[in-house]
Amino acid sequence: MGDLTNDQFFYLITVVKVVVVFAVLMTVLAYLQWVERKVIAHIQVRPGPYRVGPHGLLQPLADVIKLITKEDLIPPHVNKPLYILAPFLAITFALLSISVIPFGPTISIAGRETNMQLANLNIGILFILAVSSMGVYGIALAGWSSNNKYSLLGGLRSSAQMVSYELPLSLAIASPLLISNTLDLRQLVNTQSGGIWHWNILHGPFPQIFSFIIFIIAAFAETNRVPFDLPEAENELVAGFHTEYSSMKFASFFMAEYANMITVSCMATLLFLGGWIAPWPAEYGSSYVPVLIFAAAGVISLFHGAQAHLKMDKITFPVFGVIFLIIAAVFLLPIVQAWLLPLFWFCAKVGAILFAFIWIRGTLPRFRYDQLMSFTWKFLFPVAMLNLLVTGFLVALRP
Amino acid sequence: MDVILFSVFAIIAVVCAINVVVQTHPISSAISLVGVMGSLAVLYLLLGAEFLAAAQVIVYAGAIMVLFVFVIMLLNAGAETKEGRSLAVQLLGVPLLVAFLGIMAYFVQRLFPSSTMVHFGGFTGGGVREIGRALFGAYLLPFEVTSILILIAILGAIVLARKEMD
Repeated sequence: MGDLTNDQFFYLITVVKVVVVFAVLMTVLAYLQWVERKVIAHIQVRPGPYRVGPHGLLQPLADVIKLITKEDLIPPHVNKPLYILAPFLAITFALLSISVIPFGPTISIAGRETNMQLANLNIGILFILAVSSMGVYGIALAGWSSNNKYSLLGGLRSSAQMVSYELPLSLAIASPLLISNTLDLRQLVNTQSGGIWHWNILHGPFPQIFSFIIFIIAAFAETNRVPFDLPEAENELVAGFHTEYSSMKFASFFMAEYANMITVSCMATLLFLGGWIAPWPAEYGSSYVPVLIFAAAGVISLFHGAQAHLKMDKITFPVFGVIFLIIAAVFLLPIVQAWLLPLFWFCAKVGAILFAFIWIRGTLPRFRYDQLMSFTWKFLFPVAMLNLLVTGFLVALRP
Repeated sequence: MDVILFSVFAIIAVVCAINVVVQTHPISSAISLVGVMGSLAVLYLLLGAEFLAAAQVIVYAGAIMVLFVFVIMLLNAGAETKEGRSLAVQLLGVPLLVAFLGIMAYFVQRLFPSSTMVHFGGFTGGGVREIGRALFGAYLLPFEVTSILILIAILGAIVLARKEMD
């Protein structure tokens, strides 16, 4: 690659990054569903998907094939242009925000610097807010154009809910931005470098623990997740806004929901949890944490494989154990550590928040609609406002 | 590149704006208006006003138009029915439109001579910092007066809504 000009290198690396991020994102979207079904199943003391592949690992693939090959019905009395447009809007705006999220620091490939990010904007946060505020059209239009009372109710609820929860969400975002004094996502992470006590959630004149909690609550409502999944409340609205959708159009709403979950988890990680920065500096051994975790996972898998009852598990557990041990060994290589360690910490933080999403779905019941609205307007919004005022005041007093 | 993007989004904005008027159903008109807002945001971005572009999408396309769509959906407004145009409209419509556009073009030509043409990338004061300094420095009074005005409007709306409820 040495004889490429800078422009050629830029285009080449951008295409490669787009392909890699898209492929990884699609895989994660498919497997997040598997993880969710498995976690909820274990919360409810049942095994979950088990038949397709070892421990249901090929279930997402089967789901994708099923959804693609299903008949794509368009009901007769729908508003056809908007009915077709709605899922496109939902999935486009959901995937678009991933393009500005940084996954790691600047790294050098073949002697040239490049960011672990698709596009670096100096208004990255505002871009994500703008794109995610457009996402409501997909759901609202789907509900309206379906010409079905349940869909319409779902669409109405969703637009009211998303507009209402955007206020505390934006106010919760504003406070860490005041502390970090930038809208650039890379700089935002760089101001939090140094360890867990420098992260915005614990650092600054006023630790942002409250705005983190407000952000997470509002994010649950923005992504229409339990306990705020009123737009698709299945025991009152059949399936809410996507009642009339089938095949890939139906699937794109689900993909949009999961992509939005990933986006808000990434945002929470970048704003409050220090992005790709390790919880404590490398000189105190934080670079050995991934090695230990993967080695432990490998050893546990091998142990379970040795005393497995099922015939299949006698093969699959040792195979996964060896894979985990290989990953642990890879983390020890100094060549890949520069980009693999930040990526590990970023994925670990995002994964922890995603797990919380699933955990809460398995734990909490759904809000009633009036509770949902009075909660945001009478509690969440004033608290977020107060938090912003206190933070602003203390930042202004900071020498 | 800038000129191509400008042409594409300017054309989209104009087509969407015409579509707002032509469409008979309120929802289709509202969606076209969202298209206008979105393309305007891209035009702001091309001119170097990135904060204004983001605010345009967040506030207009993302909040105000969502409320529009919400209200249209809530009232379940049906499609407009086309009524026969009156004689005056049929005779005077097109000539008046041409005359209006002509006057507009004349004044724009007079007010902005070609030496002050806008250049893409020539303006760099559109960042968040500059906008913030302008709003809370030079334009503090108009900014605060506007926010008081909006507050009064909100209070008025609440008072009217309460009267309905009682």
